[in-house]
Amino acid sequence: MQTRNITFTVNGKEVSVNVDVRESLLEVLRNRLHLTGTKKGCEVGECGACTVIINGETVDSCIYLAIWADGKEIRTIEGEEKNGNLSRIQQAFVDEGAIQCGFCTPGFVMSATVLVESGEKLSREEIKKGMAGNLCRCTGYQNIVRAVEKVMEENLQAK
Amino acid sequence: MHTVGTKVQRVDAVAKVRGQAKYVDDLSTENMLVAKVFRSTVANGWVKSIDVSKAKALPGVELVVTYEDVPRIPFTTAGHPWSLDPEKQDVADRLLLTQRIRFYGDEIAAVVAVDELTAKKALELIEVEYEEYEPILTVEDALKEGATELHEGTGNILKKTEWQVGDLEAAFAKADCVFEDEFVTSRVQHCHLENQISFAYQESDGRIVVVSSTQIPHIVRRVVAQALGIPWGKVKVIKPYIGGGFGNRQDVVQEPLNAFLATLTGGRPVKLEYSREENFTTTRTRHPIHFKIRTGVMKDGTIVARDLEAISPIGGYASHGHAIVANAGTKYRSLYSQEAIRYKGTTVYTTTPVTGAMRAYGIPQVKFALESHIEDIARAIGMDPIAFREKNLVKEGWVDPISGNRVNSNGIRECIKRGRELIRWDEKKAQLKNQTGPKRRGLGMACFSYNSGTYPLFEIAGARIVLNQDGSVQLQIGATEIGQGADTTLGQIAAEAMGIPFDKVHVISTQDTDVTPFDTGAYASRQTYVSGMAVKKAGEEVKAKILERAHRMTDIPLQALDVVNGWVVWAHSGEQVMSVEEVAMDSYYNELTAAPITADVSNNCRVNSFSFGCTFVEVEVDMPLGKVEILEIYNVHDSGKIVNPLLAEGQVHGGVSMGIGYALSEQLLLDQKTGRPLNGNLLDYKLGTIMDTPDIGVAFVETYEPTGPFGAKALGEPPAITPAPAIRNAILDATGVKFNELPMNPQRLVEKFKAAGLI
Ligand code: FES
Ligand code: FES
Repeated sequence: MQTRNITFTVNGKEVSVNVDVRESLLEVLRNRLHLTGTKKGCEVGECGACTVIINGETVDSCIYLAIWADGKEIRTIEGEEKNGNLSRIQQAFVDEGAIQCGFCTPGFVMSATVLVESGEKLSREEIKKGMAGNLCRCTGYQNIVRAVEKVMEENLQAK
Repeated sequence: MHTVGTKVQRVDAVAKVRGQAKYVDDLSTENMLVAKVFRSTVANGWVKSIDVSKAKALPGVELVVTYEDVPRIPFTTAGHPWSLDPEKQDVADRLLLTQRIRFYGDEIAAVVAVDELTAKKALELIEVEYEEYEPILTVEDALKEGATELHEGTGNILKKTEWQVGDLEAAFAKADCVFEDEFVTSRVQHCHLENQISFAYQESDGRIVVVSSTQIPHIVRRVVAQALGIPWGKVKVIKPYIGGGFGNRQDVVQEPLNAFLATLTGGRPVKLEYSREENFTTTRTRHPIHFKIRTGVMKDGTIVARDLEAISPIGGYASHGHAIVANAGTKYRSLYSQEAIRYKGTTVYTTTPVTGAMRAYGIPQVKFALESHIEDIARAIGMDPIAFREKNLVKEGWVDPISGNRVNSNGIRECIKRGRELIRWDEKKAQLKNQTGPKRRGLGMACFSYNSGTYPLFEIAGARIVLNQDGSVQLQIGATEIGQGADTTLGQIAAEAMGIPFDKVHVISTQDTDVTPFDTGAYASRQTYVSGMAVKKAGEEVKAKILERAHRMTDIPLQALDVVNGWVVWAHSGEQVMSVEEVAMDSYYNELTAAPITADVSNNCRVNSFSFGCTFVEVEVDMPLGKVEILEIYNVHDSGKIVNPLLAEGQVHGGVSMGIGYALSEQLLLDQKTGRPLNGNLLDYKLGTIMDTPDIGVAFVETYEPTGPFGAKALGEPPAITPAPAIRNAILDATGVKFNELPMNPQRLVEKFKAAGLI
């Protein structure tokens, strides 16, 4: 087993871990850092349950080797709540009924976060495109789209 | 202030959106051993020899077991309540591991290793020699002369059901016209986002603990004990949050093997997690069913005779097998009335993935056949398809002649009216006449009826409430939260029954069979109706005890008191007498009379109710491309009183999207030569993405069901039933072409449009 020391920031905190070079970022987050909010639905990049944000972009962490994360900035679901307040997109998921079994939720929240933080006003089609890598079997996606649209509208009004 | 009927926030929403809700794998620990199953790479045959010595020798491998090492106790995995009547028990036709291979991926051996990678490597080192037979992929193959028997003495037939009501021959003889047709539905999979997973360990006293993503913890406990041949009390099952179920987890798929392995590791926990590919092809699938249907109709559109035959290849093991095909017959009976009706259902063993419960338990299949056929008849006799249905739909007061279940509330006609308005049916129908060209639009609809729970089959549900010092309560329920929102709706029912605010109800979501009240679990859309009755009773008992104590504390006559919004009040004026908290404190600490207030209720539900609803859809069919675009789709439901409109709407969204996938794209394909699954992964299976899913309109026609808690009836499964036939009927409306086989994917569409000379 070949290992390597890597250092990256997770949710604003720097961490160093010794990882097996074959390990995925998902495995390191879940098994070593105990950040189990990021889920695993397929392990081959098909479902988006493992979505995290790396240097501002969404990535399926199951097909992203942990060693590639060296020196990068990573955001996971655990870091989205600040000072006991849900992020606005998290709150919108709650308010709009976008959560059922909840297994896809962390991944969707991360994808949605990148979309709403882009500051752009996206059409429904563009929102859907931005989340096309995340699967949900429970909600029919309706209220997820509604939650993202709601935050985008609020953003526009605030401008 | 009412709680039932309001959009209270789901009790688990914040935990889930923060990533804090714990699912099975989130509770596992690093030092756990990892188990993997060694599966057959043939569909039909025997293991002639197996050599596990190399796997055993691999460093890091703790254990390798084969079919030679497991108890010789046949068991069933079907998640039904146990029956004391041996005649009614499920067919026990499998062992933990098998030498006889009955489908591609059957379970021959298992390895336990220090980590996943080592376990996977060990699987590759197992050597096996098969005696191979022809795969049996269809009913015809299974029943032909000389076919190998999958289970000895069965002739490959699991079971046959037949019933008849009325004089069928006379009714058909009297009919002005008789219509016959055939319909075929496809093999699909639940695709809950969290794969099948459990871990198990043995405690020092020998008891086995299984932590599992299940819908039915109390049934898992029983089945594990039966499969291992140990007393039921020796098993404890814990169910944390789970990532969806849709019926797949109403089957005890991997827990018995997991528990067995845990007995061999000296107390070390063992995790058994299926890959997505295993989840697709070696858990359960929805029954493909072939229907032959025949209906006799009078000139004025009155249906007089109905006859249906269903036959289904159920896979290598019985599991829920026949119950689903039998249920298709039961629900076939309960939408339209007639003079005589007959049903014949047959289930056949085949070397295909095992079938089991999936959202609406045989009804998406039978309603596809029925509602397509009804549409065709209406068109053939020149009657408006909606008017034809309305003429024959069952009415309030209708009693099912076999089950005895009665229609007490029926909003189907109102549902149809609403759907028709929402989609602007009449206006569009007029516009859509005389279309030409490669793209055509069409309108379709379909209706369903459904039951709330399984009565007259056995129903039992449990609820326990403990009043805390501060006037809040813990609510423990045996019904399981699987994403559908049961914790929240049952919490609402409890709050309403007690007269306390919803935020004073702490719902205990994690199930633990040692302490969770006995209940058979989450299936059959039974939670709100059946488990809700138990919760309501428990709430009423707590309220009665609060009032009794308040009466003793104040001397105000009992009948003059009520509990409203967390206060004991004068019933006539609403004037506050004392808070529930004050009563609770007295119940805990009154030195003379202390007796904390609790209720522990079990409800043996001996009633059922019918839910109704319909789908209305408008499609645009691009004939050269074989593409169907859904322009508008509405589901309208009569589920009685809606306990939580936001959650209810979410159930409909999810069910309709599943129904759309069933209609247009989803199908688990098998190689026709070998029986090997071809597309058992999320990329090739064509699960609808957010891009594929149209806007879904939802409406409720709220009736009041007198037998249900606060008027509620079933909702969870029904939304998945009618999208497929409604879409089929809309494609027919657009193109004049009848599709009698699911899914209606581009390949099939193009073939048929070509044959019809349309392209
Ligand atoms: S677990 Fe990473 S995409 Fe499915
Ligand atoms: S909420 Fe269950 S998969 Fe999305």
